[in-house]
Amino acid sequence: MKKIQILGTGCAKCGDLADNAQQAADQLGEEVTIEKVTDLKDIMQFGCMTTPGLAIDGNLVSQGRLLKPDQIAKLLRAAS
Amino acid sequence: MDWKREGKSLAIIVTVFAACYFLPVDWLQQTERIENALWEALHLARWYAREHVLLCLVPAFFIAGAVGVFVSQTAVMKYLGPKANKVLAYGVASVSGSILAVCSCTILPLFAGIYRMGAGLGPATAFLYSGPAINILAIVLTAAVLGPEMGIARAIGAVSFSIVIGLLMHLFFRREELEKVEAAAGMPEPEVTRPLWQNALFFASMVGILVFANWGRPAEPAGLWQAIYDAKWMITSLFSLALAAILVAWFKVGMGRMLMVAVPTAVLALLLPEYPQVSFVAAAIGLSLLLTTGNDEDGELEEWFDTTWDFAKKILPLLFYGVLIAGALLGRPDHQGLIPSGWVAGLVGGNSLGANLFASVVGAFMYFATLTEVPILQGLLGAGMGKGPALALLLAGPALSLPNMLVIRSVMGTKKTVVFVLLVVVMATLSGLIYGAFFG
Repeated sequence: MKKIQILGTGCAKCGDLADNAQQAADQLGEEVTIEKVTDLKDIMQFGCMTTPGLAIDGNLVSQGRLLKPDQIAKLLRAAS
Repeated sequence: MDWKREGKSLAIIVTVFAACYFLPVDWLQQTERIENALWEALHLARWYAREHVLLCLVPAFFIAGAVGVFVSQTAVMKYLGPKANKVLAYGVASVSGSILAVCSCTILPLFAGIYRMGAGLGPATAFLYSGPAINILAIVLTAAVLGPEMGIARAIGAVSFSIVIGLLMHLFFRREELEKVEAAAGMPEPEVTRPLWQNALFFASMVGILVFANWGRPAEPAGLWQAIYDAKWMITSLFSLALAAILVAWFKVGMGRMLMVAVPTAVLALLLPEYPQVSFVAAAIGLSLLLTTGNDEDGELEEWFDTTWDFAKKILPLLFYGVLIAGALLGRPDHQGLIPSGWVAGLVGGNSLGANLFASVVGAFMYFATLTEVPILQGLLGAGMGKGPALALLLAGPALSLPNMLVIRSVMGTKKTVVFVLLVVVMATLSGLIYGAFFG
């Protein structure tokens, strides 16, 4: 099971990104856990500077962009 | 209790409670202020709707959206990374807010990133101070509503003083060791899709539309300014044509589809030369359709529209409430709202040290939602605030607020935060004094 982390201090985009990530996982029929990381210090640990950021299994794969479900699905597939 | 998270709620509750506790109900009942305030709020809202939304905000949203999509943040962050040239880093940090910080919620993560993973404390604080003041929407609205001198003074004040503040912060804390986060791998290499000069022309055409569509009637009907004013719609059309050509040539918008937008716009412009707004709206709608219905492979046009729409959705409600509240409290220039002009003039009128300091301190602690500082300041200026204190408030206000001080504190600790806040207040006061002395 993959762990998806949404990095962001709590603006609307981060919520949208979490929704899109869920949709992407549903598309692929994959079980994932989605976790929001809101503390700036923790966000820094990922090397993420522009929010919202997206990490899969602890690796930062995108930042500063509100990805569409399709794009996240691609990243999810690439991560396996 | 997690005070970091609950601090904001607490501040709101205490403020509302205090406001109710001291509410001068009897006095309000006797005066006509309440009724006046309602009309002032409505007048101001109408004035904004007529003067600033279509010609100023709509293009500004498109530009801000384009900045978010087409300007590579990664390319800019390269200059703020751990190995960056220090001198260059200060320069880049002080101006990059104009393209990096289109939304205030992105400032703090970037600040934390520059501080902990990148160029360090000095450039990070420089960025934190200038970012909110020089983002493209803030400058445009400040210049349109409060006058071009104020817009330019805001930008120049923010940029130059941010470097001073950054350097001072670095100097004060130069002995401190910082455990840097070893995660700097974060920023991926930017994919170059389009040469820089093409992007530059693309933005220039949009900025041209924005500037000339809003060209104000000069005080004296003579000379170059008047000539430009007379020809402003002609010039705006030329920039629009340039934008259309650029979109077709470099952004893969089909020629036929562009004509379907350009021809009706031109026909409307020729049929209704008295109402240029009509063809302006037609062009904006047409552009939106082009961006959303095209089938571009990389999706960047649709992303452009999405980002633009996102800004509009986020900022318009805030601005609407900001305008209503500013109108109710302060009224239009030369009209009275709830707060008597005498109070405002007494506290922040003129250009004394006290007035500037007061404006800076209030600005530093008060929270301004994105862009709402502009209508609020407009009301304050109309009620007798001096121009110097107004600039002081503009410089200290958006950069700092009680809630974001708490976040800053969690990133760099109490001592540095206190020093930073003091520096911001001092610098804003100084800028106000200087500006007031020249333009007040």
